[in-house]
Amino acid sequence: MELTRRNVMIAGAGALVAAGMPMQAFASATDDAIAAFTGGAEVGAGDIAVVAPEIAENGNTVPIEVSSETAVEIMVLATGNPTPGVATFKFGKLAASRSASTRIRLAGTQDVVAIAKMADGTFAKASATVKVTIGGCGG
Amino acid sequence: MASGVKPRVKVPKTAAAGDSITIKTLISHKMESGQRKDGDGNVIPQSIINRFTCDFNGENVVDVEMKAAISTNPYFEFQAMVPEAGEFKFTWYDDDGDVYDTTKKIAIG
Repeated sequence: MELTRRNVMIAGAGALVAAGMPMQAFASATDDAIAAFTGGAEVGAGDIAVVAPEIAENGNTVPIEVSSETAVEIMVLATGNPTPGVATFKFGKLAASRSASTRIRLAGTQDVVAIAKMADGTFAKASATVKVTIGGCGG
Repeated sequence: MASGVKPRVKVPKTAAAGDSITIKTLISHKMESGQRKDGDGNVIPQSIINRFTCDFNGENVVDVEMKAAISTNPYFEFQAMVPEAGEFKFTWYDDDGDVYDTTKKIAIG
């Protein structure tokens, strides 16, 4: 194959797809983490939002924001990381809004999932896909 | 990681009573994830700050449980209600048992 710009792009895209595949293998760990948080309760869509960049240049610091109107606790999971847990925010009496921002590490292109626990004991889930150019787990 | 840890917090100096304010916190810490290897191929053990709390006059604002996926120099931004003048207390708990804390006063004005 001649090394033209087009061929290089195609090869690069193929490599990205291949690199994305093993990420799915960690999905069951995510399910376990969700089950541990919810106690097996039903998780539907609802009052929870995740804001994350569509493309992150560097997986070492990816800014994310979670927000909700009524949640008492929000758990954040990175489905494609070696360990999916990221953080759990518990909002106290003096929290003015049920939102928080932080910076997280992502090993590769994956979904960032937020599970909100509402005051009435129900759960809601939202996710955002982040494309990561350089993973943030060392190696 | 007992040395070189420096918490930094940004809180407005004054607020109206009952107002909500934005607080930004940053603490310098390596947050060693336990995934990296050193030059000889040995895994560097995990060493992170695992919990962060913010309280105002003894009343809780946020309590964050942190895992290895939080970036180096953990940063948090959140909103707090200020019912009266008082003091915010920020506390970080390290895996090695160290506790780092800092306080910020806020006046009503």
